[in-house]
Amino acid sequence: MQHSTGYIVGFALTVCLVCALFVAGSAVGLKERQEANVLLDRQKKVLVVAGLMKEGEDLSREEIAALFESSIQPKVIDLQTGEVDPTIDPTAFDQQAEARNPETSIEAPENASKIRRLPKHALVYDVVQDGELKALILPVEGYGLWGTLYGYIALAPDARTILGITFYKHKETPGLGGEVDNPLWKAKWHGRLAFDERGNPVIGVKKGPAGPPDEDPYNVDGLSGATLTSRGVTRLVRFWLGENGFGPYLDRYREQAGVRSAAA
Amino acid sequence: MAEVSTREAFIDPLFNNNPIALQVLGICSALAVTTKMSTALVMCLAVTSVTGLSNLSISLIRDKIPASIRIIVQLTIIASLVIVTDQVLRAFVYEIAKELSVFVGLIITNCIVMGRAEAFAMQNPPKLSFIDGIANGLGYSIVLMSVAFVRELFGSGSVFGFTILNPVNQGGWYVPNGLMLLAPAAFFLIGCFIWALRSWKPEQIEEEFHVGALLELGNEGHLR
Repeated sequence: MQHSTGYIVGFALTVCLVCALFVAGSAVGLKERQEANVLLDRQKKVLVVAGLMKEGEDLSREEIAALFESSIQPKVIDLQTGEVDPTIDPTAFDQQAEARNPETSIEAPENASKIRRLPKHALVYDVVQDGELKALILPVEGYGLWGTLYGYIALAPDARTILGITFYKHKETPGLGGEVDNPLWKAKWHGRLAFDERGNPVIGVKKGPAGPPDEDPYNVDGLSGATLTSRGVTRLVRFWLGENGFGPYLDRYREQAGVRSAAA
Repeated sequence: MAEVSTREAFIDPLFNNNPIALQVLGICSALAVTTKMSTALVMCLAVTSVTGLSNLSISLIRDKIPASIRIIVQLTIIASLVIVTDQVLRAFVYEIAKELSVFVGLIITNCIVMGRAEAFAMQNPPKLSFIDGIANGLGYSIVLMSVAFVRELFGSGSVFGFTILNPVNQGGWYVPNGLMLLAPAAFFLIGCFIWALRSWKPEQIEEEFHVGALLELGNEGHLR
């Protein structure tokens, strides 16, 4: 059956229109639910890295929200001065959006993690239980092999010992670089030291196995078959703990908390 | 095309004309999502609903589609259905959708969906096409679920996340077979599945291939 050109063009347009409406309708209609899921997922990751919740533990939405509410205190800090900025509401703050906006971000200094723009502010979390500070949670991100890894690192109140690390979004190869999600590997970070005696961020993922934390405190086991992902993780952790990342915030914290500054 | 009864349309793709085992289509996702049964199940549901709905909608407008742009029209419809499926998964089973990641989007390129739209839905009425789509999705699911069962059981010692063989790294006795978690394992298992199926139904074995025949046919060869 032959059709006129007009019919073919009209048909194509109609199909496009109907499909576009269908796709747009579903995207808009489900957006609220999806965003709630993303938020819940992020709260879960924060709770897991804080050690308040086990990986894969089955908690209801309400339980997660309640746990988060009771023991996690989000706050927005100024990255350059390290001061808490009380004018910004942490619940509405979107660090990635701020990093994309030229007005609220600065050009990042040369770095190996391929971070181009740094937000002026960052969203960090304090874990407080029974009025006592248990951990500092800092967001980290940086380039791995295929794309940017986004995650959190938790430091003990001495601002030096690592309590945990987790990535909530990455594009690494499943089974190789994707092993950054493996709970057994993540557990290897616990108890290692992020900074050396002089306060330089020296923690890194080495090639091959690392010793136990008290003998080999600055190294974590490499991920086999994922040299580039391992290198990316080392670089991003060092960047964010360094002077261009949370360095000022951690210095200020050490001062206030009276923790012996590692740099003394 | 010969008349197809509803029963045939439903039963055939399960074993007699299985899209993976006989036509060897849709292998890529069968490798990627079968390390765990829960992800495989969600993937099966997604593929089955997409094949069913794409067959249905293409069949509904099959007389109106101009022949010259039929492939792109089919693709547009399939792509829209896949995007909607992805949105639904992200809204309702977020964790699993995250694990499936790009593979839901890649259903668009799954040859089974396109193959059934072109080969069946373009010639048959909507109801029959819908059943054909669902049945092909189920044929795909049978293979995927059996592969996932073996991979999860021997690779992680569990079935649907419930521990059956207690693995060593959780303090048990079973040493998991690491090969099962890698993509090649799915190839071996699908190979075994095809072998078993063809031993049961010998009529599925392809005719032996003669190199001589290829030479005789020369350039005009009508080889598949």
